[in-house]
Amino acid sequence: MSRYFTDRLARNVVFICATVSFVILLAIAVFIFKEGLPAFKEIGFINFIFGMVWRPGQEQYGIFTMIVGSIAVTAGSLILAIPLGIACAILLADVAPFKLRRFLRPLVELLVGIPSVVYGLVGLVLLVPAVREIGGNGFSIATASIVLMAMVLPTIISISEDSIRAVPMSYKEGALAMGATHWQTIWRVLLPAARSGIGTSIVLGMGRAVGETMAMIMVIGNAIILPKTPLDPARTLTGNIAVEINYASGLHENALFATGIVLFIFIVILNSIAVILFKRGTHVQTVT
Amino acid sequence: MIKKSKWFALPLAALLVLVFVLAGCTTNATSTPTTTATATPASTATSSPTKTATAKATATGLSGNITEAGSTTVQPVAESIAAAFMAKYPEVKVVIQGGGSGVGVKSVAEGTVDIGAASRELTNDEKALGIVDHVIARDGIAIIAHSSQMVNGLTKSQVKDIFSGAITNWSQLGGANKTIHVVAREEGSGTRAAFEEMVMGKDTVITATAILQSSNGALKTTVAGDPDAIGFLSFGYLDSSVKALDIDGIAGTVANAKNGTYPIVRPLLFLTKGEPEGLVKEFINFCLGPEGQAIVAKDYISLN
Amino acid sequence: MFRPLPKTTQRLAMFFIWGGGVITVLILMVVIGYVLVQGLPGLSLDFLTTPPQGGLSGEGGISTIIVSTIYLVAVTVVILVPIGFFASVYLAEYARDNRLTHLIRYGVEVLAGVPSIIFGLFGFALFVTALHFNFSILSGALTLVCLLLPTMIRTTEEAIRAVPYSYREAVLAMGATKWQLVWRMLLPVALPGIVTAIILCIGRAIEETACLYVTLGGSPAMPTSLLSGGRTLSLHVFYLAMETRAFDKAMATGAVLIITIIVINFLTNWLSSRFQARLGGRK
Repeated sequence: MSRYFTDRLARNVVFICATVSFVILLAIAVFIFKEGLPAFKEIGFINFIFGMVWRPGQEQYGIFTMIVGSIAVTAGSLILAIPLGIACAILLADVAPFKLRRFLRPLVELLVGIPSVVYGLVGLVLLVPAVREIGGNGFSIATASIVLMAMVLPTIISISEDSIRAVPMSYKEGALAMGATHWQTIWRVLLPAARSGIGTSIVLGMGRAVGETMAMIMVIGNAIILPKTPLDPARTLTGNIAVEINYASGLHENALFATGIVLFIFIVILNSIAVILFKRGTHVQTVT
Repeated sequence: MIKKSKWFALPLAALLVLVFVLAGCTTNATSTPTTTATATPASTATSSPTKTATAKATATGLSGNITEAGSTTVQPVAESIAAAFMAKYPEVKVVIQGGGSGVGVKSVAEGTVDIGAASRELTNDEKALGIVDHVIARDGIAIIAHSSQMVNGLTKSQVKDIFSGAITNWSQLGGANKTIHVVAREEGSGTRAAFEEMVMGKDTVITATAILQSSNGALKTTVAGDPDAIGFLSFGYLDSSVKALDIDGIAGTVANAKNGTYPIVRPLLFLTKGEPEGLVKEFINFCLGPEGQAIVAKDYISLN
Repeated sequence: MFRPLPKTTQRLAMFFIWGGGVITVLILMVVIGYVLVQGLPGLSLDFLTTPPQGGLSGEGGISTIIVSTIYLVAVTVVILVPIGFFASVYLAEYARDNRLTHLIRYGVEVLAGVPSIIFGLFGFALFVTALHFNFSILSGALTLVCLLLPTMIRTTEEAIRAVPYSYREAVLAMGATKWQLVWRMLLPVALPGIVTAIILCIGRAIEETACLYVTLGGSPAMPTSLLSGGRTLSLHVFYLAMETRAFDKAMATGAVLIITIIVINFLTNWLSSRFQARLGGRK
């Protein structure tokens, strides 16, 4: 086998492998759309998206309550996580002494890697009974939001911190030299300069929140109702798929794939926003 | 630098896996429609090329694999019977999985398992798929509450009103002034289907505010952890962590279900695609025979 | 208009920053701390070496669960690593700046953000149902490969790109073919980086639940072949917490998971710092 032959062979193998990821993406899209589109056709797009009743036994498939559920827990978790996460990122990037950072940074990184079921377990054991004391039965949007917050925080902290840290030192020195206080420097100089990175971290966190499944099943109660207060139970799009896919058949299965389509589109939009934000961020930094 | 030979190992291993995959795929495709006892057809292709996957009744006993999936109500008793069956025939491997009655029906219809399990009657549509049911036991459905619950018994119509959302407070039932937390099973659950059929009737549906759990175990865990909860549970899952409420004055016990006084009882089914053959037939006969029924009688209602 | 003094704002802001930081750290410590405190007492050699009694009684240990997890991760890695490595070699060394390359990159990026359950749905439709692999280690592993490919490609590509350009010039100047450059030079030099990528993927495979919940079957029995079902540590935590009252066992399994993740994090950090030192040292 001549080395030139190997070289040519390798070129092809390497190329094929590279296309695999794109092929997988295509395959996922094709499979999910192929299985899901009949549901849209049969049920009707509007009925499916805005239908309030999900009762597979009676052939009623409306996912509006779950769309609301997904949006509610995502919003809830972000409202909690964004201020805390950015405060923590500022602390780590610019305020805390080096020793504290050396201790905290690996901890945050570790938390990104903790399995979601562990968060769910802690939520189930500690949080559900605690929330039950306030009202409702404990399985609620509030509980789910807090659990999700804990899962989203590490993502927001680590990416925000990186982007704040990436702001050139000269910016900060300039502001401080002009007599700005530390906080003015952070608020007027560092945060605006790191804006796109922080934005990306939030969008990624949002993606994680929307996509989370198992921890949600464990603490949200999976009830198919339009939640009125944070103490009401709900069901997320992801939870709907995971809980029912194993026994669904026929139109029910199609409807679950259609749920997947809605989720998929949601995520692709979020990701595109993240990509745009990220590109703009790097662009700005190379220009200045 | 790293030796070349070592680095050939990875792609080579990947190749091997692919070969196995392909082999497994073809074996599977040919064997599933016939529904012999080939539970894991690719075992020929993967680890043990000498062992054939089809059942063989040899002089020493039976050998082969059986997979069962479906109803989580049937799961505990199926696991126990499987253990006894494997103890008797060491060459046999029986794998029991959960999923729910819907899974049991679906998987057996598609041929992905040898035996499906369901805890409700088959619908006519399902029978039309060529699925044959075998009643292996009967089971009561208990109405359960937290162990600290003051209310001890309910009438069947009260149960119906609670689950439909007409009664929402324990004080309406002689308990504390607390909102009732209804916990139910997912659609697709045989226990839910049986409960709806026997308690709710055709026109009343379970309230949408009910917390939904995807298995008997998850339902029990939820009720056991919530002082104001109520739920319905297979007899086979009852233990001291929850309290079974009397229905129409009759305690939810196996004895009462057996003598016909307890009102909520349904059959537990094993399902096969077509009449069972070979190893699967042996296993089902074992369930129906004295050894199997003795295990059934521990937590469920045996057939005789 | 009232404007607070800069000094007051400064104090207030610092108070909130420290407050926010402390709350965050507390929350995060509670998660890890609680699981470790509750789980470690239940952790013993006995727990690690006895099989669980089945999905419905919480009794027993996690021996078969550990075997299933290792089996699944091994199969995943064996399929994932060659594809991921070659793909990243293509993107780092071969790819021209054309539309196809952009398409591939876009694919990788989008794939990275797709939620696990969508991969699960895909795996369920393709591997479990269409290809008749049923609920099995194989279905789970193939689904995981799809899920992890973006991570593998990205991190490996970074490792390959980190190799200084002068190295390549030197090798090519000696008349080596491109493949010889890749196989004999880039691979060995970037090896620690690639190993880091692999360990990272192993970590994510261990964390994963949603896509396995719908493809792996969840059987707690000892897996005997690629086509037998299985249950990973993460799934076991889920089943224990949901199906049984055995929270102590769930916590103990959770503790095992957290310790594994700590070890994996430590390994990746150590390896990547070594990798950087190695490249830096030779410059």
